[in-house]
Amino acid sequence: MALSAGAAHERAEAMWRPRANRLGLWLFFASEAFLFAAFISARFVTSGTDKPDTLNQPLALGITVVLLASSISAYLAETSIAHGDRKGLIRYLSITILLGLVFLVGVVFEFREAMEYFPPGTIYGSNFVALIGLHGFHVFTGIVALAVALGLGKKGHFEPDDYWGVEGVVKYWHFVDLAWVIIYPTLYLF
Amino acid sequence: MRPLIRAVVLGLVGYVAGAWLTVAVRGGSPSDDVAVVFGFILGLIGWLMGIGVWNAWAREWFGLPAKPDQATGWKRYFTFNTDHKVIGIQYLVTFIAILLLGGAMALVMRMELARPGQDFLTLDAYNKLMSMHGILMVATAVAGVLGAFGNYLVPLMIGARDMAFPRVNALSFWLIPPVAIGLLSAPLLGSFDTGWTAYPPLSVVNQGGQVLFILAVTTFGLSSILGGLNIVTTVATMRAPGMTWGRLPIFVWGAFCASILSLLVTQFFAASLILILLDRVAGTTFFGAAAGGDPLLYQHMFWFYSHPAVYIMVLPAFGVMLEIITHLARKPLFAYKAVVAGFWGIVGLSTIVWAHHMFTSGMAEQLHAPFMALTEAISIPTGLVFLGALGTLWQGKLQSKTPLWLAFGWLFNFAIGGITGIYLADVATDIHLQDTYFVVAHFHYTIVGGTIFALIAGSYFWFPKITGRMYNERLGKIFAVWLTVGFNLVFIPLFWLGVNGLNRRVADYPEFYAGPNAFASVAAYILGAGFLLYAGNLLWSARRGPAAGPNPWNARTLEWQLPSPPPEHNFPLLPEVVGHPYDYGVPGSVHAAQEAAEGGEE
Ligand SMILES: [Cu+2]
Repeated sequence: MALSAGAAHERAEAMWRPRANRLGLWLFFASEAFLFAAFISARFVTSGTDKPDTLNQPLALGITVVLLASSISAYLAETSIAHGDRKGLIRYLSITILLGLVFLVGVVFEFREAMEYFPPGTIYGSNFVALIGLHGFHVFTGIVALAVALGLGKKGHFEPDDYWGVEGVVKYWHFVDLAWVIIYPTLYLF
Repeated sequence: MRPLIRAVVLGLVGYVAGAWLTVAVRGGSPSDDVAVVFGFILGLIGWLMGIGVWNAWAREWFGLPAKPDQATGWKRYFTFNTDHKVIGIQYLVTFIAILLLGGAMALVMRMELARPGQDFLTLDAYNKLMSMHGILMVATAVAGVLGAFGNYLVPLMIGARDMAFPRVNALSFWLIPPVAIGLLSAPLLGSFDTGWTAYPPLSVVNQGGQVLFILAVTTFGLSSILGGLNIVTTVATMRAPGMTWGRLPIFVWGAFCASILSLLVTQFFAASLILILLDRVAGTTFFGAAAGGDPLLYQHMFWFYSHPAVYIMVLPAFGVMLEIITHLARKPLFAYKAVVAGFWGIVGLSTIVWAHHMFTSGMAEQLHAPFMALTEAISIPTGLVFLGALGTLWQGKLQSKTPLWLAFGWLFNFAIGGITGIYLADVATDIHLQDTYFVVAHFHYTIVGGTIFALIAGSYFWFPKITGRMYNERLGKIFAVWLTVGFNLVFIPLFWLGVNGLNRRVADYPEFYAGPNAFASVAAYILGAGFLLYAGNLLWSARRGPAAGPNPWNARTLEWQLPSPPPEHNFPLLPEVVGHPYDYGVPGSVHAAQEAAEGGEE
């Protein structure tokens, strides 16, 4: 049976659009990985594995746990909308945003301590400022993106068969978490 | 024009607000580095929202319906239009304009260099002019061919109706004007005198214009990354039925491979510039050796991008030239698979050779030999590409057209550029030649001879497709000879100057170097005058040229099977690809069936 041209194009787009969205996002992550790699390599090139013993280890471990937990709630938000549970989507997105904000507050607190003990005029301090700043910026953009998804979800956007917006934002959040899983040992453990 | 005016106003408001808020919070002057940073960031956001990011895109984030701009005709070019052909033309016109501007700056430099002594430029003014010329031309080479032809041709050639992310594509282009404005207004803050390489420690301590350079170039990097991401995704997911990887037109391969590089390594340039910015505004000390920083760190990060950048410039140019050669030699592209393998070899090798720029920097001795060997290994994949071009021309039915004439000039130039590169890859000779005019001559042979020639040849070859009209062939050929001869007359003497030790980046030189310098300066003016012929021919022909018809070259790739210019969304019906694109002279061969994959009319 002959299809109209318009219908044919729509059918074709339904085929490639989800693949293009996912590939585009993964390419973006690959690109971002290079940015993080550049900053992380700067840390090892300029200061090896030296680190001051004035680092606030308990705080760093604490915010790491908070951020990892936020990945779980983000995952639950995505599975909620996949099953048509809008309330779950809103609840878990809100929890994720809250945990993200707690992480940011912790980072700001740590940053202020850092300014005293190893100011940016030292080489470790420089790397600390750059890496925490870079990652903090990504957390901030992630929170903004989660808030946009939350706002849209509350307005009734996203359906079990159409929730790319949520999926993309949640994947980005996982990526930001993963970046921290590498930056945390880079700054605190080596 | 409304969106453009809105963008300019909001951009200015953003800049003033950012700079003023910074002064209000921390005191100081609005021309301080920090104030410029926040001004630029808010100005950029204002510009983008004004041009159409808000209406066509961001409204959706708040649950509002998007209001894409409905402009038609020439007004489309001044709006946030998402048609890949509009964006391709925006790139083409913008970067040809920047090319001419950067070329005019080179003419001013050649005037100063025409004879020994400081004539009308101070050493400082010369360095700043040279720096501006450098970054404008590098930007043209990076984004000219890939942005113009990559956007215009890739969807057409693979049988797609647009790019995968049309709005991201429009964003990539509209990030460019703030880059140009940022760079060109740097003289207001004392300009920048570091060349386009921006090496610390100078770039950490010099005038505030350097901050505009950093912000503009980082923004340009974002544009490159988004553009690359779009092309890779489009090629990977939107090829027409039957357009297998083995049937991809060679230009698509070139754009694809360049985009992969651009997508990944550009981040290192951004990172290196951000670290300089932090050293300037946040009190860090990455490049201050006194507190344990390391200026060489910058060079490593910078060249990790900027060597592959040469291939981001030249891979799409290879694609353009091989398209022209195979269509106009009426022969199948010789060793298609080897050429594609050569592209991939270049992508792989280009990321592990960067330190050949640093043989005299004082980096660890034991790095010299491996970087020399790896660099020289790049001649193998590049040789495969070259072989593909020569093999296609061999015994071809050559059509005497301007693009093919330019292709011969390109072959000659790129051969010189490649061979002289060996002396710079070789540690022993490089230590003598480092930072001399030999380097200047070499990279102009590869970048102008390789990439800008392709930009110009492509602008002739696809001119009938883009405008629907034919350029003047006789004037085109005169320009092809003029450009090739003029270019060689300018840059051949510079090899001699470099071998004899004349340093680059200096406005003055001893009497000994006078002859070749005078010669190069005169030749530069002859070369520059030729561009009047180029611009005149294309501008006049775009309005008054004879109608070209859909396929003046009788070429087989998909873009030539459509009307000139192609309609919005390109293909009313999906094409079905059934054979290789370049099987000229192969009996019974077909590239694409005209009928749709899914038959029937609308
Ligand atoms: Cu190089």
